[in-house]
Amino acid sequence: MKKRNLILTLTAIVVLLLFLLIADKAFDSYVLRILNLCAIYTILGLSMNLINGFTGLFSLGHAGFMAVGAYTTALLTMSVTTKQMNFFMKPLISPLDQVVWPFLPSLILAGILAAVVAILIGAPVLRLKGDYLAIATLGFAEIIRVIFTNTQSLTNGALGLKSIPVTTNLFWSFGIAVFTIFIMVSLINSSYGRAFKAIREDEVAAESMGISLFRHKVLSFAIGAFFAGVGGGLLGNLIGAIDPLMFRFMLTFNILLIIVLGGMGSVTGTIISAFVVTIAQEALRVLDEPIIASIPALPGLRMVVFSVLLMVVVLFFRNGLMGTREFSWDKLISKLSKKPLAKGGTK
Amino acid sequence: MRFITNAKRRRPTFNLGGEHMSLEMFFQHLANGISLGSLYALIAIGYTMVYGILRLINFAHGDIFMMAVYFAFFGIITFGMPWYLSFIVAIVVTGVLGITVESLAYRPIREAPRISILISAIGASYLLENLAIVIFGGRPKTFPQVGLFTNMVKIGDVHIQMLTFIIPVVTVVLLFVLMYLINKTKSGMAMRAVSKDVETAGIMGVDVNRTISFTFGIGSMLAAVGGIMWGLKFPSILPLMGVMPGLKCFIAAVIGGIGNITGAVIGGFILGVGEILLVAFLPELSGYRDAFAFILLIAILLFRPTGIMGEKISEKV
Repeated sequence: MKKRNLILTLTAIVVLLLFLLIADKAFDSYVLRILNLCAIYTILGLSMNLINGFTGLFSLGHAGFMAVGAYTTALLTMSVTTKQMNFFMKPLISPLDQVVWPFLPSLILAGILAAVVAILIGAPVLRLKGDYLAIATLGFAEIIRVIFTNTQSLTNGALGLKSIPVTTNLFWSFGIAVFTIFIMVSLINSSYGRAFKAIREDEVAAESMGISLFRHKVLSFAIGAFFAGVGGGLLGNLIGAIDPLMFRFMLTFNILLIIVLGGMGSVTGTIISAFVVTIAQEALRVLDEPIIASIPALPGLRMVVFSVLLMVVVLFFRNGLMGTREFSWDKLISKLSKKPLAKGGTK
Repeated sequence: MRFITNAKRRRPTFNLGGEHMSLEMFFQHLANGISLGSLYALIAIGYTMVYGILRLINFAHGDIFMMAVYFAFFGIITFGMPWYLSFIVAIVVTGVLGITVESLAYRPIREAPRISILISAIGASYLLENLAIVIFGGRPKTFPQVGLFTNMVKIGDVHIQMLTFIIPVVTVVLLFVLMYLINKTKSGMAMRAVSKDVETAGIMGVDVNRTISFTFGIGSMLAAVGGIMWGLKFPSILPLMGVMPGLKCFIAAVIGGIGNITGAVIGGFILGVGEILLVAFLPELSGYRDAFAFILLIAILLFRPTGIMGEKISEKV
């Protein structure tokens, strides 16, 4: 059974690779951009779901970690001349203005820096619970944004960074998304993952079973922030321009929408809803344009739809698409095959 | 870019000369700080009342405040009402809005896990913001000037807006009215009972739903008073103008000890005065003005999580 599942998974990855090879040639840049965004939002959704869904820490600081990642990657991958062009108000501080790194090490460093920030933040803040934690992490994301707006010689302040090399393509985004899925699934099924879920269900009980609350919370927070940083880096180098205003609460809201819709505590749900939400956000752009010629356009109507969607999901379908259920080959096959599987001792 | 111009327009009120601080200057800054602090206090009361009863951060509170400013704006500009009538209508409509938000977004999931209610609150806040963008438009509008509030008075060498004196007075008067309401009336008694224990209060015959609606109504009306005066003080109004004051006033409520009304007022004053004096004395840090509140919040949460006036709550297992 295990061997069969492994083969099926590998086949799925090969199919995905073939699809990407074809898609890279066949689709225009608009569709490619959306596909890239889907993969990046998958990474971001999974990283937030690890913190919020699996460990039960209601953190709203994701935009801050993404900002750290995006700025790190952008500053490391930009060429020396582009940096000089960007920093015309004040020159970039000394070692950074000459350093140019390849994409992968930059992404890894972006993730590590985001994780370090998360540990620094998490060590004091993770003692808080529930809504206090939410507001404190939200505050930290705001502080990071304010700092980035004011450190002219490091981040170019409110002007932001432009002409970042557009390195992110389908292979980078989907490659890292698959890697993230693999890491998340292995982590969640490990003893650490079980400890995370125990903390989510009942902190006091988990602690009395010998789980170190502090260590596991910080660990979950740091891993989540690592992938948020990587996702932020991918996003920055996909769009090609970043500024501090990009990393406002709205960005965190979008990711929150994805994990709530997909089900807090389900990897499968997050992947599905990352694709659904990202594609829907593009498809519903129609709403911002005039529907009937005589009625003027109502810009912003699209976001009204998404806020209503979030509320409807929370009010009426609290478990989202998948709840805490996961996709598995066994379930799929037993659904597809006509005769009931696993009768007697065949399993 | 809109935000930058906005900040620039606002700054001269506070950033008058950081280099040579005379005594007059100091008092001017202090007066500004106290009036900003009073505005924070009015909004913080709404947070603290709702938290006291439902144990919920009403994320939509800042946006209810924003809606109040727009209601008053449209009352004067579109419907041509005199300012006092428009303000009263705006305050009442905002109270109704607060009650509506509660009954649609919070009441159906009152028994749900905390995280769901919080997400619903965030959703409600986002919905109000985006509705405001669609209905009112994303461009800044200019709040009408009302002579009684916006005229300048000259004391010694400094010119101060009348509003700077009116705001703290209004806040203190409203605080006393609210204290009377909570401590001496039957509805106030019901509110105190529900905030102690929802279930028992219900068993004892308190209409819990009505009391919670009442609380939301009062909190929203206070936010409306704060919002209208905010509009008079900072006349450029935007659909997203409620976000920052909303967060800061929640912080003020936490500093004072959440659930405690006097605490919220004290917290509001600390935050308002601290913010203005920080910018006045250390103008090079003025870019970090918005971060100040959050740093204060985290410091308070770490060293005195129940705030200045809060009671210690032990965790039940």
